[in-house]
Amino acid sequence: MRIPCPYCGERDAHEFSYLGDATLVRPDPAAVDAQDSALADRFHDYVYLRDNPAGAHREWWYHANGCRQWVRVTRDTRNHAIAGASLAREPGDAA
Amino acid sequence: MSRPDKNRLASGGLIDRAAPLSFRFDGHSYRGYAGDTLASALLANGVRLVGRSFKYHRPRGIFSAGAEEPNALVELRSGARREPNTRATVVELFDGLEATSQNRWPSLGLDVLSVNRFLSPFLGAGFYYKTFMWPASFWEKLYEPFIRRAAGLGRAAEEADPDHYEKATAFCDVLVIGAGPAGLMAALAAGRTGARVILADEDFLPGGRLNAERREVHGRAGAAYAAHVAAELASLPNVRLMTRTTVFGAYDSGTYGALERVGDHLPVPAPFQPRQRLWRIIARRAVLAAGATERPIVFGGNDRPGVMLAGAVGTYVQRHAVLPGRHIALFANNDDAWRGMLAASEAGARVEAIIDVREEVSPALVEAARARDIRVLAGSRVIATQGRKLRTVDVATPRGREQLVVDTLAVSGGWSPAVHLTCHHGGRPVWNEAIAAFVPGASPAGLTVAGAANGSFGLGAALREGAAQGAEAAEALGFPVPPLDVPAVEDEAFALQPFWHVADSKGAAFVDLQNDVTAKDVGIAHKEGFRSVEHLKRYTTLGMATDQGRTSNVTGLAIMASLTGASIPETGTTIFRPPYTPVSLGALAGHHRGKDFRPVRLTPTHEWAARQGAVFVETGAWLRAQYFPRKGEKDWLETVTREVTAVRSSVGLIDVSTFGKIDLQGPDAGSFLDRVYINGFSALAVGKARYGVMLREDGMVMDDGTTARLGPEHYVMTTTTANAAKVYQHLEFCLQVLWPELDVAIASISEQWAQIAIAGPRSREVLARVVDADVDVSNEGLPFIGAVEGRVMGGVKARLFRLSFSGELGYEIAVPARHGAALAEALMAAGEEFGITPYGTEALGVMRIEKGHVSGNELSGQTAARDLGLGRMASTKKDYIGRVMAGRPGLVDPARPGFVGFRPVERARRLRAGAHFLSLGAKPETANDEGYMTSVAYSPHLGHWIGLGLLVRGPERIGERVRAYDPVRGEEFEVEVCAPGFIDPEGERLRG
Ligand SMILES: [Zn+2]
Repeated sequence: MRIPCPYCGERDAHEFSYLGDATLVRPDPAAVDAQDSALADRFHDYVYLRDNPAGAHREWWYHANGCRQWVRVTRDTRNHAIAGASLAREPGDAA
Repeated sequence: MSRPDKNRLASGGLIDRAAPLSFRFDGHSYRGYAGDTLASALLANGVRLVGRSFKYHRPRGIFSAGAEEPNALVELRSGARREPNTRATVVELFDGLEATSQNRWPSLGLDVLSVNRFLSPFLGAGFYYKTFMWPASFWEKLYEPFIRRAAGLGRAAEEADPDHYEKATAFCDVLVIGAGPAGLMAALAAGRTGARVILADEDFLPGGRLNAERREVHGRAGAAYAAHVAAELASLPNVRLMTRTTVFGAYDSGTYGALERVGDHLPVPAPFQPRQRLWRIIARRAVLAAGATERPIVFGGNDRPGVMLAGAVGTYVQRHAVLPGRHIALFANNDDAWRGMLAASEAGARVEAIIDVREEVSPALVEAARARDIRVLAGSRVIATQGRKLRTVDVATPRGREQLVVDTLAVSGGWSPAVHLTCHHGGRPVWNEAIAAFVPGASPAGLTVAGAANGSFGLGAALREGAAQGAEAAEALGFPVPPLDVPAVEDEAFALQPFWHVADSKGAAFVDLQNDVTAKDVGIAHKEGFRSVEHLKRYTTLGMATDQGRTSNVTGLAIMASLTGASIPETGTTIFRPPYTPVSLGALAGHHRGKDFRPVRLTPTHEWAARQGAVFVETGAWLRAQYFPRKGEKDWLETVTREVTAVRSSVGLIDVSTFGKIDLQGPDAGSFLDRVYINGFSALAVGKARYGVMLREDGMVMDDGTTARLGPEHYVMTTTTANAAKVYQHLEFCLQVLWPELDVAIASISEQWAQIAIAGPRSREVLARVVDADVDVSNEGLPFIGAVEGRVMGGVKARLFRLSFSGELGYEIAVPARHGAALAEALMAAGEEFGITPYGTEALGVMRIEKGHVSGNELSGQTAARDLGLGRMASTKKDYIGRVMAGRPGLVDPARPGFVGFRPVERARRLRAGAHFLSLGAKPETANDEGYMTSVAYSPHLGHWIGLGLLVRGPERIGERVRAYDPVRGEEFEVEVCAPGFIDPEGERLRG
């Protein structure tokens, strides 16, 4: 598989390490009182719950052997076709 | 021995008669020529029996002339280079080649196990499942040795492989797979546009069928035309022609795997050359021109040596100038086989008869056969064969039965396109009724198929399709396509009448010759309900041998289809997966084997330590000095005890460069650290360092280390050796994904800085002698946990940290990595009068256990900060990674195992890491498990063994006795729970 790193260009997947779902948002601890169980529930979901779609999946890849950028990649889990990639710091639409 | 190569034609063929080669097979010497394969050379010498079959040990001969060979598997070479299951049909002959037949015991001629064929009722379909089921205890002693002896697929070398294998990557615009007529034209069409083209073929001679047939192209013999095109391709700078290279897999994003046999055709690889090279070819477009594989017709006795695919007979005659037999008959269902046989006859083969299942055959072909004195038996079929090697063939004709005296029976049931690579992304081949074969369905993106691989069997069609697709691929990539004059060649008629199995024939009729699966086995599978093609395959093992069913899959399907009454496409096809042909593990491993599995990282002081006599230990990718033995010391424990004692009483030094070092700069660096560590760093004073603990988001401890503040916006973090890369990646994630608003930049500086720790009561005096005059290292100038920048050794920039892992007064001195060894020398010289002692990771470990610090053994990924006694460090005034999840009820449960120290009640006992704790009197079972010993050491300070571990409610049980239970070593004894920290618990030594 080859990943189009926005910084380095198309590179082999071996240069990257995989993290997973890039749509998750870390819950804001300031939004809820720290003792509130709602916050714990949100963190539980953030840490453990993942969808496993057959189709487009937006996910994090870290270009460890390249520019060291976290890249948001939209990959079709059925055939590894990559629809787009963007840098984490540029929250553009990857697809 | 008979006359050398008695079956060789006097002229013709693509062999070099001026280059004779000698080789040995089963101990006998033979002669061949450059251009031969082992199979063609064996046939030239009249060797027809080359092995025994897998299950029944029946005699087997050469069946094909290519990669599809199911029978002629030999052990090639000897000693460390011995290689089993080598297909004689693809082994390029070299001088001195040595091969041995396999699957025979004690000899090829007399095989005791051939009695297996009388056992065939017991070895039929599903025999693995039926016979070897009960009782389980029979497996080890009876079944497995029997299967291994009886079904042995040759013997692997028993020594390490002496050859090298390497990996390489290539990029191209158009990859052309196969250099037959379609592939040559595709490469030529694409190459002339200026596109970067790679043309790969598994053969050592480009040309494919052009080398095996008598066809004229552009006024030249086919083989000459192939050579002409190959020469032009070789002259184009943008084209790379790779022979002896099999493209074995189509992977994602236009990546193809290929194996180049660089030195397999040589006795040993050339100097500085690998034996094989594994290529990763990244192609923007690809044209598959892999040709087709002939399939046999199944009939009783079809495995006798002398029965051979018709196309193979043609190849041996035309390409290798070898007559596979003296008297040849053909059994076929299509015109193509007739043409090949007529050509062989013209080249000098004695063709006695053509047996065709068709009633009607083209009058022109019949005329041509009769003109060559070949009998034509139309509407006929082979119903039996006789002879240990083929002697006679029984034929049922419309006029009754008759027997032909022939030693070779060429068989053709049609051709199957080599669709394999088109299936590698899950595409299913589709049935083409006209040629009774599967043709490519959906292909991987960017791959098109041309010629016979596409089901276009005519030579003219192959040339045209190849040229069109090569041009189209280049054009799609934006290359201007010049006109190409495609040779006009007539498309011969194929005229196949599907015919798979002579149902009324006598004797075992083999479908899968390599796995000994018969038509009867397919029938049994059908009767027992295994009708799905995947079930059929697994139950009978049809198509599961090393040839992957090249010559048997479709036939097996067809026989099953006729039994169920379904059509072949309804019956289905099995999926082809990479690799197309077997790839040796050596090639897949490349240089990554033994000590080269991954690079070894050496510390800046490695050479220096080696000169001091260090024993090294692998810690992750690093080699670190473990201890420094001296003459007269009887074991490592004595050495380590001396090193520890030297540090505690005077001074010692150790290279700690392997710790991860991360530079953090920016106005938000402090608040960033507050968010990744459980404790605070933004309030840390410039010039100070602090121990920090970071968690994963799930609340478990990820790593620990000290971070120093060198300036208002400048911090330097250290991580453990093992987690350096992981922590760096984590920090980048936090910065780029979680908090992009923070103005911080980080960089790994692990490689840039060497770091040496000195520890012991005299360490300040030693340090004072290496720093430059303006650096104050007094207790006031550099107090405990101080961190300053200064110069050492007369102008070398350095960072000085007053830190201690050992519990003694200690410093860490960082210098640019190139000065690391000089710093070690300087410290040794400075400390000479104090007896400064280099120490290794063992002594370091002993001292940290004496001091009760956690380390890698405790940071197991299953421990929370609270478990390790570090819970009080956690700030309650800020959020940080892992905070919320660390507060889960399960992680704050006081019954969790907590970090404590242990002493043996009988002080002379040696503690063992990994021992589990049980309450006194509790039965040793999982339910009573109360934790385990994580680290142990012999404490020179205390004079006995000490341990650290995680014990249920440990901190509440100080003074209690528990049992340390170690069933692995058969030990069990009482230990006393104590606070972790066996030396100087108040930390007075550090601050002095
Ligand atoms: Zn990159």
